[in-house]
Amino acid sequence: MRPIHYLRCLIGVSLREWLRFLNQRGRFFSALVRPLVWLAIFATGFQFVLGVSIIPPYDTYIPYSIYIAPGLIAMILMFNGMLSSLSMVYDREMGSMRVLMVSPLPRWFLLTAKLFAGVIVSVVQAYSFLAIALFWEIEPPWYGYIAVLPALILSGLMLGALGLLLSSAIRQLENFASVMNFVIFPMFFASSALYPLWHVKEASLLLYRICLANPFTHAVELIRFALYGQVEPVSAAVLVAATIIFLALAVYGYDPAKGLMARRTAE
Amino acid sequence: MTIPAFAVEGLGHRFGQRQVLRGVSFSINPGEFTVLLGLNGAGKTTLFSLATRLYAQGEGAIRVFGMDIQRQPLRCLQQMGAVFQQPTLDLDLSLEQNLYYHCALHGISRRDAARRIAVEVERVGLSDRRRDKARQLSGGQRRRVEIARALLHRPQLLLLDEPTVGLDISSRQFLLDHVRQLCREEGLAALWATHLIDEAGDGARVIVLHRGEVRADGATGAILGATRAPSLRAAFETLVQERAAA
Repeated sequence: MRPIHYLRCLIGVSLREWLRFLNQRGRFFSALVRPLVWLAIFATGFQFVLGVSIIPPYDTYIPYSIYIAPGLIAMILMFNGMLSSLSMVYDREMGSMRVLMVSPLPRWFLLTAKLFAGVIVSVVQAYSFLAIALFWEIEPPWYGYIAVLPALILSGLMLGALGLLLSSAIRQLENFASVMNFVIFPMFFASSALYPLWHVKEASLLLYRICLANPFTHAVELIRFALYGQVEPVSAAVLVAATIIFLALAVYGYDPAKGLMARRTAE
Repeated sequence: MTIPAFAVEGLGHRFGQRQVLRGVSFSINPGEFTVLLGLNGAGKTTLFSLATRLYAQGEGAIRVFGMDIQRQPLRCLQQMGAVFQQPTLDLDLSLEQNLYYHCALHGISRRDAARRIAVEVERVGLSDRRRDKARQLSGGQRRRVEIARALLHRPQLLLLDEPTVGLDISSRQFLLDHVRQLCREEGLAALWATHLIDEAGDGARVIVLHRGEVRADGATGAILGATRAPSLRAAFETLVQERAAA
């Protein structure tokens, strides 16, 4: 197998993900409606409850809706990453994952291709949200729209890799509901998506530390800074490290000889 | 000496305490159509899952054209086409999109894929349904697509796990005839797992797998002679009962 074969595989897997996405228009709308509800209702309701002081990257006082926009973008990426992993569990139960797994390309590459394919869909959704968010006067500078692209890709990769890891560990589709309770909600709420970390620190030092250790916080912050053309190097480093760790564990989980698949067949 | 297209040597597998395959050995030569006959739970699907690397292999060896699947898994998979017991088409994609996806997974270019898809879809008589969603196809048509798909990367070995489950008589016959023809005319080796005795047909080579062990291996006539049974059904029942009594 030469590099061109790998490239064709990557394109094919991405195309399939895209076609599936186009076929599931409900998924597109729900992925957009969810953060818009937060923006339209939650952000409006909490406008005067949560005071947001001048914190980087902002150079002035900002409405709460502007503060939570990066968190909502990260929410889109997270839900899409989890949905992508949900589809892996579904594919495994329905049998179509076998088609992927018997490809003569290495399994680590197949999983990485699947991850990239999911990220492409996530990025399109994130930009759609940014376009609609203009109605709420969320208008980062023009270069922010370009600068945020690598942040979206890196954050999408991290969250997608986490989804892959979870899909390797989840035995049945029904168990996926617990992912909502034990992964998505804690990650979202224990982060800087809804409130600045200095607020959290004043309330609870322990929670502040948890928020700092949460890779989702770093996805939010990387996106927040990127929207204003700035780089948050610590967040970028955390996301790169988390992506590598999650993806490596997912590849291990899908290895028939070593990982969770092996244990599953032994039960 | 001909290198077997598929060889299994002393293959064993266990799920926890339960031994599902024990010392399974057989080989299939190029161009040979072989029926792996066994009741549900005999170990057929486990054998297929080991051969396609979906399960990790423990005891014994599996070779594809002389290559050990544990040492050269990717080269083995290149030579192998598989039709699984579970339907594996993406029902939301069209027939053609499913096939393009398979080609991409094997690194086949779009142009080459278009040519191969046209040939294989024509062979299974579904050219006019190419743009239909897989969901709109009947069970038999979906199986035909899966066989067409398994051949797109031009494998020399075809593994089919209960491919006719749930199909009507004419669909079953179509699939059987199609695969036998591929063996005869294109030298493909095929291992056809089934629990339906009549799919063994006259003169076919049959491997009887029961409770994870090979109980008989040979041409239908040889098995009838060894068991002194008037029909393959009677021979199969004898072999299964022997094991139960043992």
